[in-house]
Amino acid sequence: MTPDSKPEAQIPAPQIPGTGGRRRGALTATPQWAASGLRLLISVAVTFLGLLAVTFFIGRVVPIDPVLAAVGDRASADTYERMREELGLNLPLWQQFGHYVWNAVRGDFGTSVLTSNPVLTDVRRVFPATLELATVATIIGIIVGIPAGVIAAVRRGTWIDHVIRVIGLMGYSVPVFWLGLMGLLILYAKLDLVAGPGRIDLYYEGLVPTYTGVILLDSAIAGEWDVFRNAVSHIVLPASILGYFSLAYISRMTRSFMLEQLRQEYITTARVKGLPERTVIWRHALGNAWVPLVTVIALSYGTLLEGSVLTEIVFSWPGLGFYITNSLLNADMNAVLGGTVVVGCVFIGLNLLSDLLYRKLDPRAR
Amino acid sequence: MILVFKIIAMRHRIRREAQKIMKLRTVCAAAVVALTTAFGTVAVNAATPKDMAVIVWQLDELITLDPAEAYEFSGAELAANLYDRLVFYNIDNTDDIQGGIAESWSVSDDGKTFTFKIRDGMTFHSGNPVTAEDAAWSLQRVVKLNKGPAFILSEFGLTADNVDQKVRATDARTLVFETDKPYAESFVLNCLGSWVSSVLDRQTVMQHEKDGDFGNGWLKTNAAGSGPFKLNTWKPNELVMLDRFDGYWRGPAKMKRVALRHIPESAPQRLLLEKGDADIARNLGPDDIDQLAKNADIGLRKVPQGAIYYLGLNQKNEQLAKPQVAEALKWLIDYDSIETNILRGTKVQHQSFLPAGFLGDIEDKPYRYDLDKAKALLAEAGVGDGFKVTMDVRNTYPTADVAQAIQAMWAKAGIDLEIIPGDNKQTLTKYRARQHDIYIGRWAPDYLDPHSNAQGFAWNPNNADDSDFKLLAWRNAWDIPDLTRRTDEALAESDTARRSALYEEMQREHQKASPFVIMFQDIAVVAERKGVSGFEVGPNFDVVYYRNISKE
Repeated sequence: MTPDSKPEAQIPAPQIPGTGGRRRGALTATPQWAASGLRLLISVAVTFLGLLAVTFFIGRVVPIDPVLAAVGDRASADTYERMREELGLNLPLWQQFGHYVWNAVRGDFGTSVLTSNPVLTDVRRVFPATLELATVATIIGIIVGIPAGVIAAVRRGTWIDHVIRVIGLMGYSVPVFWLGLMGLLILYAKLDLVAGPGRIDLYYEGLVPTYTGVILLDSAIAGEWDVFRNAVSHIVLPASILGYFSLAYISRMTRSFMLEQLRQEYITTARVKGLPERTVIWRHALGNAWVPLVTVIALSYGTLLEGSVLTEIVFSWPGLGFYITNSLLNADMNAVLGGTVVVGCVFIGLNLLSDLLYRKLDPRAR
Repeated sequence: MILVFKIIAMRHRIRREAQKIMKLRTVCAAAVVALTTAFGTVAVNAATPKDMAVIVWQLDELITLDPAEAYEFSGAELAANLYDRLVFYNIDNTDDIQGGIAESWSVSDDGKTFTFKIRDGMTFHSGNPVTAEDAAWSLQRVVKLNKGPAFILSEFGLTADNVDQKVRATDARTLVFETDKPYAESFVLNCLGSWVSSVLDRQTVMQHEKDGDFGNGWLKTNAAGSGPFKLNTWKPNELVMLDRFDGYWRGPAKMKRVALRHIPESAPQRLLLEKGDADIARNLGPDDIDQLAKNADIGLRKVPQGAIYYLGLNQKNEQLAKPQVAEALKWLIDYDSIETNILRGTKVQHQSFLPAGFLGDIEDKPYRYDLDKAKALLAEAGVGDGFKVTMDVRNTYPTADVAQAIQAMWAKAGIDLEIIPGDNKQTLTKYRARQHDIYIGRWAPDYLDPHSNAQGFAWNPNNADDSDFKLLAWRNAWDIPDLTRRTDEALAESDTARRSALYEEMQREHQKASPFVIMFQDIAVVAERKGVSGFEVGPNFDVVYYRNISKE
């Protein structure tokens, strides 16, 4: 009896529709580091090329005129034509694509029409906001979700289990913007427990030098604890709301992984050996449930890092989701592509990270 | 390749989210109304500092701060506060144009040469003096850069080649502006009073010039003017912070600082305002306006805005080209019902192409809902049983809602209206290609002069598909040599009273015969906390001043 037989079979479909399962084993199956490293590199390169091709052609197919987006509705024909040339839209399609890939390889995704900044500069500005929110939300999701899932599994069928499952279900079904507005109305406007929309109060704006763009970190580094407290009071509500969704998912998964583990014979063995129940559950059962949980957490974290558009709008949080959506609505294709590539990188990074963690947690993978 | 599919999936997701946002506005409003009914009004404690005004606003459209390039409401509004112009408007009566950087001016007898005397002793934020050279260079720069709003100046016959001769400083305090033919004085001054004609600090800007861009790259995110405020910070999609310029020639502003915060949704704007974390809110939906009207701490102000809300009937469509059909459609809209039930104070009825508040505006509203009359007209046109037609509709409030109401009204006369939803850029692209049947949209004048709208609605010098002038009459394939000529005539009429009369006459005819169903005019609803005053909102987007804002 192996403690974690077939945990993968139970990993639910990831939250993003259509993303398919993760390819596991690229690192675990091949012992040669060099070979697997090379394979990884090639796969990343091919993926990027495909990514560029898809975004490029979608960008050309949408019935939106990017020149119009740049020069406005009433520009003269002359101005229009000049901008068309400036954007390179007069070249043959294959040449446009060539330029595009070459620039992207050099890390140049062009200039955003909307903000007139280089896209990378924009992404560097908006991504920390999303990173901050997603990280705090995920931490909340883990800290609350895992114990809740464990307790629900252990007390299966009791009222505690039902309460936890109902709360989890609500997290799935209540619209996030409604929850956000309700939170603002009650906790901010009515009870004054948290700060309102935005990342920080206006008077603290510009007090802290930007090192990382993550205000919580920057203010801590600068030792500006007033700013830090203010930023915390701003982030606590949106992060809790996103964290609620994350915890709903994590607790449900934890519960199901734990139930699977608790049925195993090694648990009975451990109990027979007279180990205290706490050790059996929290060390042995949860210890093995961790392996699939890492994947669940990584996926949920990845989804949050794409940016949660609705939360960002309700809380006026200048993050990646809002940036990409707004760019899309304004036909700002450079920005859409840049943002999409960042999201792609985040997923590659998280996949790598969870693979590494997987190795650490699963002795057979070492 | 797995990632590629992930990306495709993500794009779908983004689109779905985008659609959700479209619906969000309405749902949010409903949610907040429901919640406030449940919890009563919001607790209050004013929190903004005394010397800082906080304005919450939708700022996501702000692309550039360069006045020669900005074509967005927010960009033009900021230019009005960061820069000065040769002349500026009296906010209460915009026909009354006053000296700005120019203390006086004169017009030559042939009406083609304007000479401006530059005010003495003015300085830019940098400390450099404001001279006629700066003014001339700023105007030349607009024409040479030739960005979106450049036509406001180049329509005077200015080109990159001739602008250095036509617009010139003869000495440090004299600016000469020559046009290709005589124009109404009021028209020239109105264009020189628009945001695009802001006077820039040439020395400072040219220090940041790169590859002959006239400092455009730098000015996108910076400012070098002489206006009442200096730019402190602009964080796109987050905030703009302005600091008072103490050396302002008309005396320093009352607020030390003005902060514009980007708050995309109406409900959070209202919460911030009620809570005292904002002093002024500017994008409130009807539900929030209703609720705020009951709050004694908040004052509401309604200011008519230039934008006209209309239907464009493409004359390439054989049914819509029949004059009786166009007229019938005007009788088939229940303006009252739409105003009360959908727009609810965010727009008012208006049926002529010049917005109220502009020179030559008229109040006439000949059309109201009359089903019988419409049916008779349709029968006369040979389509008594109705016909099928499509309408391209922006998928946002209130456009989508108004379109649906119209759909129901027209169905009563047998007209089968199919609504094609799309986002702004999509519908606009189709409209500009003249591929629509009916377009429902909004047209805002570019500058505070009747010509901007007359040119839009009643001027089409070339109805061919490859015309250089793709304004509204052209977009609807409406061939109007007579009105085009009269629009040009009114433009050249130097007597302001006569000019006004020409526009009035044109509008009355236009109402009868045009393929435009002009329905409403925008109203800006400004909500302010008690004690806040002096926020000046003019009838056009580039005439909004922060200088006199004060707080008790």
